[in-house]
Amino acid sequence: MTNLFNYIPKDSPVHKLTGATKLAALLLLSFASMTTFDTRFLAGITILTFIMFGVSKIRFREVKALLWFTFVFMVLNNLLIYLFEPEQGVMLYGARHEICRLFGRYTLTQEQLFYHLNVILKYLCMIPLVILFVSTTNPSEFAASLNRIGVNYKICYAVSLALRYIPDIQREYHDISISLQARGVEMTKKEKLFKRLKNIVTILFPLIITSMARIETVSNAMELRSFGKNKKRTWYEARPFLPADIAVIVVSALLLVLSISLNFVNGGRFYNPFV
Amino acid sequence: MNLKNKSLWKVDVKTIVAIGIGAALFFVLGRFVAIPSPVPNTTINIQYGVLAFMAACFGPIAGCLIGLIGHFLIDLSAGWGIWWSWVIASAVFGFLVGLLGNRTRLAWGQFGKKGAINFNIAQVIAHAVAWIVIAPVLDILIYSEPANKVFLQGAVAAVANIITTAIIGTLLCFAWAKLVPDKSSLKKED
Repeated sequence: MTNLFNYIPKDSPVHKLTGATKLAALLLLSFASMTTFDTRFLAGITILTFIMFGVSKIRFREVKALLWFTFVFMVLNNLLIYLFEPEQGVMLYGARHEICRLFGRYTLTQEQLFYHLNVILKYLCMIPLVILFVSTTNPSEFAASLNRIGVNYKICYAVSLALRYIPDIQREYHDISISLQARGVEMTKKEKLFKRLKNIVTILFPLIITSMARIETVSNAMELRSFGKNKKRTWYEARPFLPADIAVIVVSALLLVLSISLNFVNGGRFYNPFV
Repeated sequence: MNLKNKSLWKVDVKTIVAIGIGAALFFVLGRFVAIPSPVPNTTINIQYGVLAFMAACFGPIAGCLIGLIGHFLIDLSAGWGIWWSWVIASAVFGFLVGLLGNRTRLAWGQFGKKGAINFNIAQVIAHAVAWIVIAPVLDILIYSEPANKVFLQGAVAAVANIITTAIIGTLLCFAWAKLVPDKSSLKKED
């Protein structure tokens, strides 16, 4: 199996945290950075995630492909925002300090630039966090971690089934697609759009049949072993919480509380230096 | 087993497995299968056709969780961060198709003209709600993005997804129904 989630095993304090802790921190911090647009808070979180990157011993060149992709995505999204609404910042901050006029309705204002800074900061605190999570957490720990943070174990089991069967389905899709292409099923631009979609179904159908058959087999096997009889189950990959785990969860929770309370302090979601 | 009385909301072992394998399918198709579309640099999302089919087969809870888990895993592995607004929209889509698309008929191996119309009405409504209402509204709430940008993005996504789901999803249902023996053709002896 190719390394789907870019897990890089290393010996670092971040790797030693349990998956449940990292998942909880990821969720808490992503909600914290979603609720507020306070520039200072977002900048703080960004610095924190970059420090965590240093602690985790993950080198930037190991995640270069991911970061590069993210960078392009970020630039494109900012350009789109500006093209569609060059006055978004002015509307949000209720003030207008013009820097220069470009053309037509496109002017450069301090508020707009500040708004874009905030959007970029939102990416900068979120994306390294996700990358850090996937590169320091073993995917086999996902299901146990989800259960630990309170998700029903049947749903966790579905997640672990998904992770288990992704490589199989990937290989199957590849085999079917290649053998059908050898028989002349065209998938590239040479074919007309509607015909191309119909050709996809030719590939999908064998895949769906085997998947439905697999659902039948796996669910029979699980039923025979009385899956779902008890209220709880244990996990092979589960690890006990250490003091460091509790500290990380507490800090993340406090940051979420801080971000929510900032909404009241600032009288809205924005930190507004203009009015 | 009397399929007719099986509740839409029942979660048995089969539903759990269907969620897992459905999410794996959604992930593989969404992450690795790129089919070029007429618009440059955009690809056709075929995973929603399969999600609609699975939701119609296994009900709203399965549809919702396949969309949620599948899309979450795609975001996690792709590296662009987790876009909760679009992850939730995928979950809502699966839920609505499962709720509105007639479940028992397809599982029974009956899928005719009526089924196709029912399935397509369900998927059009679900796509419209997911991409024109849920995703843009959450984008505005969470990311304060300009309204005209997110609504246009949503509308484009909705139209593209409706077309691909109409073709892929409907063809899958027809083909699947042909494969499953029509259970209503058997009668219980008195």
